[in-house]
Amino acid sequence: MNIPIITEPGSSKKNKTGKWRTMKPVANAEKCTGCGICTGFCPDSSIEIKNKKISIDYDYCKGCGICALECPAKAIFMKEEEK
Amino acid sequence: MNSKKVLECSQAIAEAIRQCKPGVIAAYPITPQTHIVETLAEFVNNGKLNAEYINVESEHSALSACVGAQAAGARTFTATNSQGLALMSEILFVASGNRLPIVMAVTNRALSAPINIWNDQSDTIAQRDSGWIQLYCESSQEAYDTTMMAYRIAEKCLIPVMVCIDGFTLSHVWENVIISDDKEVDSFVQTYKPLYKLDINKPMTFGPISMPNSYMDFKKQQHEDMINSLNVIKDINSEFSKKFRRIYGDGLIETYKLEDAEYAFAAMGSVCGTIRYVIDELRNKGKKIGMIKIKSFRPFPNAEIEKSCKKLKGLAVIDKDISFGNAGALFTEIKASLKNSEIKLSNFIAGLGGRDITPEMLIKAINNIGKKEVEFL
Repeated sequence: MNIPIITEPGSSKKNKTGKWRTMKPVANAEKCTGCGICTGFCPDSSIEIKNKKISIDYDYCKGCGICALECPAKAIFMKEEEK
Repeated sequence: MNSKKVLECSQAIAEAIRQCKPGVIAAYPITPQTHIVETLAEFVNNGKLNAEYINVESEHSALSACVGAQAAGARTFTATNSQGLALMSEILFVASGNRLPIVMAVTNRALSAPINIWNDQSDTIAQRDSGWIQLYCESSQEAYDTTMMAYRIAEKCLIPVMVCIDGFTLSHVWENVIISDDKEVDSFVQTYKPLYKLDINKPMTFGPISMPNSYMDFKKQQHEDMINSLNVIKDINSEFSKKFRRIYGDGLIETYKLEDAEYAFAAMGSVCGTIRYVIDELRNKGKKIGMIKIKSFRPFPNAEIEKSCKKLKGLAVIDKDISFGNAGALFTEIKASLKNSEIKLSNFIAGLGGRDITPEMLIKAINNIGKKEVEFL
């Protein structure tokens, strides 16, 4: 019987939505204070704080720009994605 | 121990649900289903039923909660009709598409506008394509028995089931009902054993996106499984009758004095009771009249209808619904079943918005077969 259920968890990871980006967030490590506000705001769970600094997972970042808008240190700027 | 009680039909259904031991009940009140859900709330409150009773904010939420709970492995129940059924419309398709064996009682009531709280079957008929099995009941005993059978049918086919009873006309009627022994019901209905369920130890996704290259295959499966459910319904009806000694035709249709009949009525639900009375009156006058009571509207028993109409000259199809501009749904489906027959067919739209269906109206119908295709009684 065919039932629409996915029985293996985590299959959504196979789709690297980073390919959808047109703008890319770039962080300035010196300005970054490691406050973690960007981590909380990222709607795609694509930012971590590693070694007290921002670390962006470009496989899943869709380039929405919310992190750049919310960063209190203005450490992130949006750059046009290369083709 | 079986017990014979005088119960309101709603209470009989609640009693059946209590015995079927659902894990979750999520319901929103709407006249005339209220007595079912109120009685169940009392059972939960008094400890007679150990279920999670969720008071939700709308019918849409009621069915959504049942979908979630059923996916998590619980047997569930809800009840509604009319506006409530229309409101939960999108979730009906989600429930059937996700192959969740939810059982829902529907106390058939007319749809607004204009507002009308009384009985007709337009609410469930309007949802005939939702992928749910629809079983219509004539009496309180049948409603009690069908509720039990519904869980077996649903869980075997992985198709949700609507148990339909005419609002007020049946739901609020007090009758003798044989309530079977708790243990006997338990051994018939058994525990729900889901094939798949949401479990944090073994995560799964129910109802993910399905692209054009796969969606149609799931729908084809639903269609085929609905056709196969014809046999499941017959088997469960047969098993039920052997255990409890109560039977409803072959489970799909029931006939009354049809063997030598020249003309017959076809109908669903409580009006069949009035029809039996009219048939007896007409037979006393020497007329050979019979009845085909359709219990299963979905899946539609095409073969059974064709077979039972073989010797008939004419059939009066009673519809408590109308597809505006066309005809009643039961008529449309029966007409298609009988495309190879020369039988005279007429559709009689009756009882919309709770208008009383009298024996006189039914006698007029049987006398007017073949005059018009669709007539309002």
